[in-house]
Amino acid sequence: MHEQRQIPVWFFIGGLLLIYGIIIIAAGLWGLAHPSDVLKRLRETDPNQSWFFYHPEIWWGFLLTALGSTYCLRFGPWRKGD
Amino acid sequence: MSSILLLAATEPVAEKLLSMRPVDYVIVAIYFLVVLGIGFYLKRFANTGEDFFMAGRKMTAWIAGLSFISANLSSLETMGWSAMAYQYGALAAHAYLISGALPILFLAVVMLPFYYICRTHSVPGYLSLRYGTGAASIAGITFAFMTVAVSGASMFAMAKILHLLLDWNMNVSIWIASLTVAVYVTLGGLVSAVFNEVLQFFLIWLGSLLIPILGLIHAGGWTKMMATIQQNVKVIHPTVSGTDFTCLWRNLGTFNNPMGIDWIGMVFGLGVAVGFGYWCTDFLQVQRVIVAKNLRAAQNGTIIGAALKMCVPLIVTIPGLLGLAVLTNGHGSPMVLVAENDVRANITNRTYNDVLPLLMGQYLGPGLLGLGVTAMIAGFMSGMAGNVSAFATVWTYDVYRPLIHRNASDRHYLNMGRGASLLGVIISIGTAYMLFYFSNILEFLQVLVFFFIVPLFGVVILGMLWKRCTPAGGFWGFLTAILLSVGMWVFVHTFPDGDRPNPKVVLGSGAVVSLQDGLNSKGDKITKVIVERGTVETTNVPIWLHGRREPMAAGTLLIADADASLPAVITAKSGELIPVRVLAPEVTLAESKEPAKFGEDGLPVVLKPGVKVAAADVTKYFNPAAFNKRHQRYIARSEKAQPMAVNMYCSIWTLVACLLVTIGVSLVTRPKPDAELKDLVMGLTAMPDEGPCRWYQRPMLWATVVLLVLVAINIIFW
Repeated sequence: MHEQRQIPVWFFIGGLLLIYGIIIIAAGLWGLAHPSDVLKRLRETDPNQSWFFYHPEIWWGFLLTALGSTYCLRFGPWRKGD
Repeated sequence: MSSILLLAATEPVAEKLLSMRPVDYVIVAIYFLVVLGIGFYLKRFANTGEDFFMAGRKMTAWIAGLSFISANLSSLETMGWSAMAYQYGALAAHAYLISGALPILFLAVVMLPFYYICRTHSVPGYLSLRYGTGAASIAGITFAFMTVAVSGASMFAMAKILHLLLDWNMNVSIWIASLTVAVYVTLGGLVSAVFNEVLQFFLIWLGSLLIPILGLIHAGGWTKMMATIQQNVKVIHPTVSGTDFTCLWRNLGTFNNPMGIDWIGMVFGLGVAVGFGYWCTDFLQVQRVIVAKNLRAAQNGTIIGAALKMCVPLIVTIPGLLGLAVLTNGHGSPMVLVAENDVRANITNRTYNDVLPLLMGQYLGPGLLGLGVTAMIAGFMSGMAGNVSAFATVWTYDVYRPLIHRNASDRHYLNMGRGASLLGVIISIGTAYMLFYFSNILEFLQVLVFFFIVPLFGVVILGMLWKRCTPAGGFWGFLTAILLSVGMWVFVHTFPDGDRPNPKVVLGSGAVVSLQDGLNSKGDKITKVIVERGTVETTNVPIWLHGRREPMAAGTLLIADADASLPAVITAKSGELIPVRVLAPEVTLAESKEPAKFGEDGLPVVLKPGVKVAAADVTKYFNPAAFNKRHQRYIARSEKAQPMAVNMYCSIWTLVACLLVTIGVSLVTRPKPDAELKDLVMGLTAMPDEGPCRWYQRPMLWATVVLLVLVAINIIFW
C-alpha cells in the first residue's frame, strides 16, 4: 500500500516564523511613527543607545522572516525526495 | 528601635505586569491555529500502537534531540530558573551544566543503549524486564500519577501567571489550553507532542533570546553587569550580601554562598542524584530519544540535547542575573523582588518568579511581546502534552496491559491510548482546579519528583551495570529509598518545640490611616502608624488594650473606648528580638484621602476606637513552607543551607540508601539467570552493528566535544 509522505516539522516551523516575522516587522515599522510605551521608557532611562537597541522589532523581525523563508523553501511539501 | 524599610522604594505593585496590543493577540491566536492544524494533519499518521505511543520509532537525531530538550524547557522551567538565578546568582547555572549536560551525556553513552536495545516502551517497562513486576508496578503507578499531577500543576501555574501578568481569566486560560492539548495529543499521539515540542523550542528561543541581548547592552556589557550585581545584592539580598553571586565554583569551598551549599552538595546532590536521576530515568525525557530511528540517531539526538542544554543559561540564567542589575525603581534604586512565601509578595513587592516577565515588559514592544507570551503559553502546553502522552504510554503498557487486559489487539491498545490521553487531560484539569482551593499542594507536588526520581535512578543504574542485582534487591532498595526520602522531608519540616511564624500586622483593604513622620511614597521613613478606621489582622502580635495588665493574643474584638497599641518588636522564647512586620496593601491616608500602599518592619501601630481586630496566635508543629534549622543541620550539614541545598542533600542520602539497600538485599537473594538478562545488563548486551558511518556521525566524537566544552565553560566561569 502506498505510504503517505509526511510533511517535515521544519516546514511548519518555517511557516510560523515567516508569518511572525512579517507581523513583527510591520509592528516595528508602525512603532517608528507611533512609539510604544516600552520605547518611550527605554529612551528615558537609557537615552544614549543605538537604533538597534530601540527598534529590535525591525531587525529581529527580519531575522525571523529570513529563517522562516529558508525553512519553508528547504522543507516545503513541493520538494521531492527529501 | 530599628526600623527597616522593606522596599528600597515602596512603589505600588501594578495591577498587571504586561500590556498586550492587538498585534500581540494576533500572534497568540496564530499559534493556537497552527498547533490544532498540526494535530489534525498528523492524525492520519497515527494508525498503530507503535505510531501513537512511539511515534513509529522513526525520529531523526535532530528531532529527537530538540524534543528531548524541549520537553524539559517549559515555562515553569524558564521562569523558575530565572528566579533561581535572581535568588542564588550564577550558581543556578549548574542546573544546566553539572546537573544538565553531564547527566545527558551519561545517558547517551552509558544508559541509552540498554533502553534502546531491549525495545522497552518506557522506563517502568525496563524495570519490568529487568526486575519483574514488583518494582515496575510501583514505578508505573507512581509515574502515571505524577505525570498527570505535574501536568495539572503546570496548567494551574499557567493560568495563574497569565492572570497575574495579563489579567486573563484563569478558567478561560485553563480550558482553552487544555482542550487544544487534548485535541492534538489525542489525534496525533506522541508524534504530535514531539512536533509541538520542536516548534516550541524555536518559539522559546526566538521569543526569549532578545532579553539577554538587549539586557546586556543596557547593562553595559558582561563585566559591568557583574560589578553592578555585587553592588545591588547588598540591597536586594541583605542576608547574604557578603557572598559572591557571579561565579560557578570558587564560592563553593564553604557554605558561605548565596545557596548555603558546599561543593559536595552541589556535585553529588544537584549533579549526581538529581541531575542523573532526572535526565537518565524520567520517562518523559527518555521517551523522546528511545523513539529515534536507530541507536546511533538516539545517541546523537541525546548528545545534541546535551549541547543545547549548555546553551539554555543564555535565556534563563542571564535574565535572572540581569534582574539583579537592570531592574530599578522609578528613581534608580534597585528593584527588590521577594520569595513567593514572603508576606510582602504581590502586595508591596513583586516576586522572584516575576523577574523574566518584568524584563519582557521592559524590553519587548508590540509584536515581540506577543511572541514572548506565545513562547510562554507554548511552553506550558507542550509540557502538558509531554506529560499526557507519557501518561498514556505508561498507563496503557505498564498498568493496563500487564495488570488489567493482556493480549488484546493493537487497535484495542491504540484506542486505550487515545482514551488515556483524554483522561490524562481531564485529570490534569481536575488537579488544576483542586489547586485553586488547596494551593499548598503545589509544594508537595514539586518535591514528589525528588521522592521518586532519585530512587528510580539508583535501581535502574545498578540493574544496568551489575548483573548480580536481584528483583528483591531492586524492589526493597526502591521502596526504602522512597520512604527515607519522604521521612527526611517530614523531618526538616517538623518543629517539636513549635514554629511560630514571625509577627505581622496586615491592615485591611480600605483602612484609613495616619502616618507619623513622613509618607513613604518616596522612600521616606515612617515612625508610627495610627489606624483610624477599618479592619486589622494580626498574627503572633500581642495587643495591649487600655486598662488591662495582660495583652490579648488571639480572638476578635472591636476597639472600644481608648486606643490600643501593637508593639514594634517582639521578644521570642530564645530571647531574640523580632521586628513586627506591618503590611498595608490598600489603605487610605486620613489627611489627604489618597490611596497608599506600604510595608515596614519594626513599626509601632496604634488602633483607634472603632477599629475591628482579628488576632491569631499561631504555632505549627509541621510546616511544609518552613525549614527547621536544627534538623536541617543533620541533613544539609549547615544551618546556612537554603531550601535548595536541603533538597540536594536529601537527594544524596536517598541515593546512597537506595544503592546500599539494593546491593545488600541482592547479595543475600537469588539473581536472575543470565539468559533472562540478555540485552538488559552490561556484559550480556551486544551492541548492534548499524553499519559504517561518516566520522561526523559518530556519537563518541560528539560526546567528547560536548564534554570538553562543558569543562571549558566551568573553568572560564570558575
